[in-house]
This record gives sequence, structure tokens and C-alpha cells, in this order.
Amino acid sequence: MSTLIKAPAPTQTQRMLQRTRSAFTSPKYGPVLVTAILFVVVFIAGGIRYPGFFAGQVILNLFVDNAYLIVLAVGMTFVILTGGIDLSVGAVVALSTMMVASLLQSGVPAVIVIPVIIVATTVLGLLVGLMVHHFKVQPFIATLAAMFLARGLCYVISQSSISISDESFIALAVSRIPLGGGMSITWSVVIALVIVAVAVWTLHRTRFGRTVYAIGGGEHSAQLMGLPVARTKVLVYAVSGLCSGLAGILFSFYTLSGYPLTAIGTELDAIAAVVIGGTLLAGGYGFVLGSVLGVLVLGIIQTIITFEGTLSSWWTKIFIGALLLAFIGLQRVLTRRKT
Amino acid sequence: MTELSRPAAPAAHPDPIIEIRDASISFPGIKALDKVSFRMFPGEVHSLMGENGAGKSTLIKALTGVYQIDSGSIVFDGAPVSFRSTAQAQEAGISTVYQEVNLLPNLSVAENIMLGREPRRWGSIDYRAMRAQSRVVLDTLGLDVDPESMLGSHSLAIQQLISIARAIHINAKVLILDEPTSSLDADEVAELFRIIRNLRDDGVAILFVSHFLDQVYEIADRLTVLRNGRLVGEHLTPEILRIELVEKMIGKEIGTLEDLEQRVRENDQSTPESVPFLRATGIGRKGSVSSVDVRIGEGEVVGFAGLLGSGRTEVARLLGGIDRADTGTLEILGDGIRLRTPRHALSRRIAYSSENRRAEGIVDELTVRDNIILALQADRGWFRPIPRKRQDELAQSYIEALHIRPANPDAIVRNLSGGNQQKVLLGRWLAVAPRLLILDEPTRGIDIGAKAEIQKLVISLAENGMSVIFISAELEEVLRLSHRIVVMRDRRKVADLDNDDLTIDNLLALIAEGDADEELGETA
Amino acid sequence: MSALLARIVSSRLFWPLVMLAVLFLINVIAFPGFFSITVRDGNLYGSLIDILRNGAPMMIVAIGMTLVIATRGIDLSVGAVAAIAGSVACSILLGAPDPADPGTVAIAILTAVLIALVLGTWNGFLVAVVGIQPIIATLILMTAGRGAAMLITEGQILTVNSAPFKVLGAGFVWGVPVAIYLAAGVFLIAVLFTRRTALGMLIEAVGINPEASRQAGVRARGLLFLVYIFAALCAAVGGLILTANTMAADANNVALFIELDAILAVVIGGTSLAGGRYSLVGTVVGALVIQTLVTTVYTVGIPPIITMVFKAVVVTLVCLLQSPTTNEALAAFRRRLALRAGKEAVSV
Repeated sequence: MSTLIKAPAPTQTQRMLQRTRSAFTSPKYGPVLVTAILFVVVFIAGGIRYPGFFAGQVILNLFVDNAYLIVLAVGMTFVILTGGIDLSVGAVVALSTMMVASLLQSGVPAVIVIPVIIVATTVLGLLVGLMVHHFKVQPFIATLAAMFLARGLCYVISQSSISISDESFIALAVSRIPLGGGMSITWSVVIALVIVAVAVWTLHRTRFGRTVYAIGGGEHSAQLMGLPVARTKVLVYAVSGLCSGLAGILFSFYTLSGYPLTAIGTELDAIAAVVIGGTLLAGGYGFVLGSVLGVLVLGIIQTIITFEGTLSSWWTKIFIGALLLAFIGLQRVLTRRKT
Repeated sequence: MTELSRPAAPAAHPDPIIEIRDASISFPGIKALDKVSFRMFPGEVHSLMGENGAGKSTLIKALTGVYQIDSGSIVFDGAPVSFRSTAQAQEAGISTVYQEVNLLPNLSVAENIMLGREPRRWGSIDYRAMRAQSRVVLDTLGLDVDPESMLGSHSLAIQQLISIARAIHINAKVLILDEPTSSLDADEVAELFRIIRNLRDDGVAILFVSHFLDQVYEIADRLTVLRNGRLVGEHLTPEILRIELVEKMIGKEIGTLEDLEQRVRENDQSTPESVPFLRATGIGRKGSVSSVDVRIGEGEVVGFAGLLGSGRTEVARLLGGIDRADTGTLEILGDGIRLRTPRHALSRRIAYSSENRRAEGIVDELTVRDNIILALQADRGWFRPIPRKRQDELAQSYIEALHIRPANPDAIVRNLSGGNQQKVLLGRWLAVAPRLLILDEPTRGIDIGAKAEIQKLVISLAENGMSVIFISAELEEVLRLSHRIVVMRDRRKVADLDNDDLTIDNLLALIAEGDADEELGETA
Repeated sequence: MSALLARIVSSRLFWPLVMLAVLFLINVIAFPGFFSITVRDGNLYGSLIDILRNGAPMMIVAIGMTLVIATRGIDLSVGAVAAIAGSVACSILLGAPDPADPGTVAIAILTAVLIALVLGTWNGFLVAVVGIQPIIATLILMTAGRGAAMLITEGQILTVNSAPFKVLGAGFVWGVPVAIYLAAGVFLIAVLFTRRTALGMLIEAVGINPEASRQAGVRARGLLFLVYIFAALCAAVGGLILTANTMAADANNVALFIELDAILAVVIGGTSLAGGRYSLVGTVVGALVIQTLVTTVYTVGIPPIITMVFKAVVVTLVCLLQSPTTNEALAAFRRRLALRAGKEAVSV
């Protein structure tokens, strides 16, 4: 009575081949697998070409330099999974650095500053979420407005950069955790990895997370199924706000200053990382770990260009553009085959 | 307003599980429900009957918390309620299975069944328990489906049964099935009915909404008829004849339907020797249909019959240029052609009216006028706009000929009822004066009055020389209108015969077991 | 009378025009000479003229953006294309023996326009043929394009001295700034091209329901190419005006955020980002709102830094006002008023 046709039982190798093929061609796993392979290929190519590339610290530096982007990409993944987008993340990062720098300068202890900023950016995200869901403003426009607001507020705080001289903050920012063999990482990496772990657990093990995927699969259907769509949609933007604020703090660990013109275009990096990481822009399919992989791919390209030395950094942008193109094309091919 | 007499309550459950009293709902310019009283008893299958615009879907939305009633009351399980959201209604025990299978294709079967109520262990979702519990529900339905497979990988029919599995899992007290059988084959319908009867015997109140009269008479214990937003009557199924029921639904005599059959018989124009208008040989497409031969004469109505997924729509789409054929040849009046795009087909005067009128047919935010002239304008190209006067003439003439309501060419198509939207779509294809018109399910989801109009239209078009391919899931329609019938099964053609005194049983037999190789009155 | 009022209020242009009026009011209060137009050396001057002239590049880009958005698309690359157009023109002028020669200027402009044509075709190809989502397809050019513009200028800000070129940005013809003529011209071309031909309706049909349009025989591919090419051409014209005005090509900063301003103008003007029905007049009004806002900030004496915050507030307000939620709330409010006045809902 169910119309499934049973084909003759396949052999062991046939089944393995079949499973590999279906993994590569599914919209769920395909792009992420390709990203992983790309990363390995680029890494090996780099190692062959440049001496010293294969050092462990090179990989760890990928994390150290891009910890903030990893956190951003995590937040962006939540939003894109629901089929939305958040263009304000770069501006909120900048705002976060400005707030950190100016609050520290006024003598507020770091222990208070950090949580306060995270709460502030989360609230901003919450407001954006309300605009998107309750007022049905499209995410593109709503987050665009937030971007203008955040960037504008940066200038209100100060038109030039503010440097950070708070000792406890600097201590936290620059201290390195030794991992043995001469390698070390910073606290920002630890924080970023904790966020990733929390995000993975949330998306796969909580009802909130499953609702995020559900909204991406079909918001109307999710609503009819009685899922708390409104609450979830608003919360993903709050999550993105939280991640942006945290990413800003991690960024200020890196630069030890607040600068209003910083992180222009960072939202595009975050989106690129998420797309390259295998999350479909239409929503519903994607993994946080894939986005992390996307960040690493972007990072390794940057590393190679630095190693190369002769290419001007403008080429980075062109490379990222080309990569995006390739991955979108891939997503296109995979989703077309499904329909 | 005189009190309508209502039949007695069932002996086992004398109190209704849900009762709506004198409910009214109004929208700008229209009173969708006018003091309607409706009740459902536990352990009964209740069918809600009414044409488009009768208020059926409004009533259902009031029951499920999508709409709030303006006046009147709703009493559920003895207590007055007012559902503010679908979640609330679901919480209370009212579950709905929708026609469009509102599930999530990107999640697994188990997740779809349990979404929102996943079993948890120490705060995190317990996938093992989820797998086990969904397995139990699937087994109840006899569905051999892997709970971890992605929902989107299954056919629409299976997805719908999973939708019902979800409702069962919620332990609904009231189960609303909105057109559940439109995508199921006969076996699946039988299985669904078995499940419905089991649920009924367990005390669930089931609301069965369907256009298929046969199915309603087979499964429903009680009927409520709505017309124009008002309650016309509540009856026990055995106590009302079909003809009475249909009269109550459309409020007029339906003798006209019998006339149609006469006209078709009198009007067989095709002769086997004449060059057919369209001849398809071995036409097929990978993953769609394999190697089908079809021919259509001028002025001939060819009906395509078969189950959902048998390939009838797929062949029609190939003939209409909507999909591109991988194999086979096409000839129009003897000249070989290739149809690569709908543009090609239209330039050859072949028009295809999609079965999915909302997604592939109407451009809902444009006006009736724009929708009607769309194909004609596309044919003329970018730089030769149809003069406004001519646009108005065309729109007006089709509004009149097809009785499109409201008769306003500036009305936005989105606000029209399904039946009128279908007529606008028909107007579009008629406006290009096709020589072959392919109608895929043109009467699906349409009230009887509009159905009859469209059927009459098909006959008169054929009488005037147009070739028509008519596809419908309703075999009576196909039998009534066609000169010749092509039967499809499992993506191949299994029969192709003249409509000489064929009956529904003949057709069913062919659909179930007929084979192109057997000589069952086949005319090659 | 109330029927006419109802139609005016429900027209998509109502709120944008109200905003414009409010902004004008604020300006006039702060600066009573706001509406005055003086003639000096045969040329018109005044705040209103400034708004029109300074807003012309953004308005032109927004007009091109409107048609793209109508097809359910978006073009994020217009800023990059504007930068490339300016950089190309300047490089050609700098490389020529006589930058002030009208012939050279013509070649520079033409080359810039041709390159924009190619870039628009590229976007159209990605969207129409490869089938990539417009936001991402144009994101690619947006990312790579600025890099390309920097390569053309080799990371420097190129300055040229060319009187015929400067006319584009700062010149006057019959007393009216050339930039305004260009904006008017682009608007007229867009209107004639879409409303006098079948293009307008076909574009809307494609934006509302691409599959239905395909089945009706509409050639969507050509339409998509057309709108992206037009958007790129508009971007080039805008970029040339901006570059000509400053006589410098700053690949990094020219037309920064112009795509955002353009999208804002379109949205304020009532065209939905979801595609379908569009309004070129609305876009013009929207562009005026944005430019007047920038001017207001200057006039009232607020530090220009705050412009961004203001844009955010304005956008938010417009979006909230245009939101279907607000409309439903207003409609419900009106219905309740009517009920209270003793009238009942019409029963059909």
C-alpha cells in the first residue's frame, strides 16, 4: 500500500558507493563535504609551496586570528537557517569595540563591561527580531536599519579610535595558553570554541534549535504545527546580536582599541563563511560546524596570500568572490537535482 | 430565521465534543459565516459539505484558532473556549491534516511526527526515544518508512499519511482532515478509511472534508451542508440522497449535467484516417514517463485517466512544452517539431493549463485583465503592447463568456475564489486561440456550478474544431467529455480507446490491470 | 470626498510624501530661505536645487534598482560598478595626451559605460542562466568589484583636470545642473521603456510568479538580463557624475553605501522587496526623502555623523508604517470606529 519499490539488494561496496554519492548530492551534506575537501586541498597545496606552512601553529593561528569571525559565523548561521539574513553584524562589532573602549576608559571594570555590552547587543538583536517578525519587515531591510543605527552610534561615541589601557582586559586579551610543543592559543579561541559547542548542542538537541530548522523548512507549516515560530524568529536575531557583541569583544582583544570604521564589510565575510560552509541561503539546511569550516577556508586563503607576499591584498576580495561563486553554483546544482 | 431541525445525537455519545452556536465571521465586504451552528460528536465521522465560498474553510479556521468568531460561541468538551492560536487549539486536542501536507521536507520523518513534543532526557532531545515512538505510530498506520529518512525524499502520498501519523501521535480528540484523499490512490484511500474507522471507534471525532461524494457517502456518519455562509442542514448520511445533497449544496437543479453526455455522443468528429493534429511517438523523459504514443485529431477531446503519479500530468507537460522530452518525436499536422519551451508550444498554438493553478497559473497580484492577456502579450513581444482598448475588450468578453465573478477586469486575482481564478486562467489560454488546449485538472477544487460551466465549455470548443486534452482524477468527468480515453499507469500508457459505452468499471479495470499489449478494444 | 481621501491615504505614495513634507517643514523652520531659488550667472541655486543635484547619482542608481527589485531580485554591486566606472574614466583621461579634449572625454565615458554593460550582463548571466540567487550573485561582484576598481587605480586616488568631464558633475545647461537633466532623462527612459511597452507588466509578472510567467510564454531570461544591464548602466552614470564632481576617482570610498541608499529609496517609495508591482515615481520620492534627510541634518546643525542614525530611524519608521501589521491595525481601528458610529459590516 505504500508505493515504495524494492530494488534487488545491493552489495557492500555498491551500498557504500551509493551512500557516498547520496551524501555528496544531498543539499544537506553535499556543500559541507566539498568545503572540507577544499580545505584539505588548499592546506596541502600551501604546505607544498611554502616551507613552514605545515607547522601546527599555522593551523592554530587560523583560530587565533579568526576567533571573532567564528563567533560571528555561528550567529549568522542561526539567522540564515531560518531563511533570514543579518547585515548589521559588522556594524555591531564596531559598536561593541567602541563601547568596550570608552567604558574601560571611563574606569568601569572589565568584569562589568563585558556582560553589559553583550546584554546591550542582544537587546538590539531582539528589537530587530521584533521588527522582522511582528512588523513583517524583511530581514534585509530591518538589519540594514540596524546596521545604520549601530554604525551611527559608533560615531556618536567617538569619531576617532579609542585605545584600551585597562590592565585586566589586556591581560585577558594577550595571554596565551600553552598547548605543548611551543604552540599556544589565546582565550578568544577558547571562548569561540565554547560558543560553537553551545550552538551545536542548541541546534540539534533543543526544541528551539529544531524550530529554527523548521522555520527554514517552511515557516507557514511550522506555524500550523503549533511551533513557537514568533518567539523563535525573534530569538535568532537576538542570538545574532549576542554573537556580534561577543565577536566585537574578541575583536577588541585583537586590536586593543575601539574604532568606528572597523569591520566594514565584515558581514559579507560572515555570510561568505556560512555559505561556503554549506548552509543554504534559503534556509533549512546547514550546520554550525560547516560555518566554522567556512571561516577556516577564508582564513587559510588569507594566510596563503600573506605567505605569497607578492599579491596585493585586493586579490583577497577577488578570491573570496570567486569562491562564493563556486559554492553558490554548487548549491545550485545540488538543490536543482532534488526538485 | 426558522430553527432547522437536526437529527438526533448518537446513543453512545449524546454530548457533542465541540459545538459552535450562531457563529458569525465577517470580512470587509463579505459575511463569511452568518449565524452558523455546527456540532461534532465523539466516535463519529462528520463531513462538512459546501461549494466554494460556502464558508467551509472559514468554519474550519474558526475551529482551529486561525480566525476568531465575531459573535456566537464555541463550546469544547463542555467548556466555552476561544482559541487565539493554532497552538492553543492543538493543545486542547484539535488536530488538522491539511491538503498541502504542511510538514517540513528538510527534517526527518520522526522529527516531523514529534516536532514540538520531542521526548527529552536531561534537557536535550532524546533521538532514540523519538525513533522508537515514531516507529510505533508508523506501524499503527502500516507505513514502512524509515523514521530517520528526510521527509522530502518521500512521495506526496506518503507525506500526507505521515501528517496523519503526527495527528494520531498528538492524541487528538477532534481530527480534521481537509481534502485528505486528493493525492492518494485507491489503495491508500482504503487504508486511510480503515484508519479513520479505527480512530472513530476509539472515540475520536473526525471531520472529513472532501469533494468526492462517493468517499463522503462511504465514510461519513453525519453531514453538515453550508451554502453562502449559512447553515442549510445537518443530516445523518443514510437519510439524504445524493441528488438532494447536491441540490442543497448548489441550490439549483443540476439536470444540465446529463445533457452534456448526450452532446458528446452526437459529436464524434474524428475519423481514424485523417491526419491527426498532433502525433507523439515514443515521447518520454528520464524520471518522468517512458515512451508514450499519443495522437489527437482536430476537434477531438482526449481524456487522460490514471492514478496520481501515473504519468498523465507528465505526458501532458511534455506535449505542452512545459518540460522537455528526452526521447520521441512530435508532429503537428505531419510536420516534425521539437518543443523546448512553453514559448515554442504557444507559438505552435498549443496551450497548457497547469493543474497547480496557484503556483504555476495565476499571477496573483495582477488584475484579471492582465492575467487574461498575459500569454497573448508574451507572444507579441516586448515592444508591441496590446492597445488598452483591445485589452479591455478581451477581458470583458472572457469575463462574460466564462461568468467570472466579480465581473471587474481590475479586480486583483488573488481575491477571487478558486473557481473564478481557474476561469481567469482559462481565459488566458483561450485568448491565444490555441488549436490544442491541454487542461490539467481544470475542475479540481471547484464547485459544481463552475464545474458544469467548464465542462460545457470544453464540449463547445471541440465542436468548433479545437483539440482538447482533458485530464481529471474524476473518472465520471473524463467519461462524460471524451471522444477517446488514454489510460496511464506507472508512467506508461496502458490503453488508448474510443469512448464507446465505456463505464467507470471499465476504466477502473484498465487503470488497475489494463495493459497496452492486450487487445482491449485498442485503436492504434 | 471621503472616498478620494481614502484613496489618497491608501496610495503607496502617501507616507513617503508625508515624510518629505515633514522634512521640508523642519528645514523651512530652521532655515526660512529653504524654498528660495536664486539665479546667479544665469544658473539656478538654492537648497532645493542642491537636493536635486546632490541626490541625482543616488536617484539614478535607485531607478535602475527599482526594476531589478521588481523581478524579485536585488543588485548589491551597483556601488562597485560605480567605482569601476569612475576609475576607468579617470584612468583613460590620465593616460590620454589631452584630458580636456572633448573627444577623449567622450571615449572615457563611453568605455566606462561599455564596461558597465559587460558587468550588468555578467550579473544577468549569473541570475538568469546559472540561476543563482540575486543577492549572492551580485554580492560576488560587490566583493570582487571594489578589488578590481582598486587594481585599476593601483590603490591610488586618481585626480584629473578636465573641464568637459567636470560638466557631468558640476556643470549647468540653461541654468539647470546637468546632473538633474541626467536624472530626469534616466527616469523618463525608464518610464517610457516600461510603461509604454509591455515590459512593465511582463517584469511585474516575472517578479510575482516566475513559473506562471514561464508557462505563459514570457521570456524571463531576456527580461532579467535587461534589468541587470540597466541597473549597471545607471550605476555607471551615477559613478561618472560623482567622479566628475570631485574630479577624482577614489575606488575605495566613492559611492560607498550607495546600494543601500538606493534600496532604501526604492523601499520607501513603496516597491516591495519581494518583487512584483513597482513604482518609479515612488522611487524618485524615496530618493528625495533620503537626500532631504541628509540636507536637513546639515541645515539643522546636527553633526553629519548622525546622518546614519537618522537614516536608521527614517527607514525603521517607513518600514513600520508600511508594514502589513500596521495596516491591519489601522484597518481594524477604522472598522471599530465605523461600528461605533452605528454602521454595520456590509453583508453580501
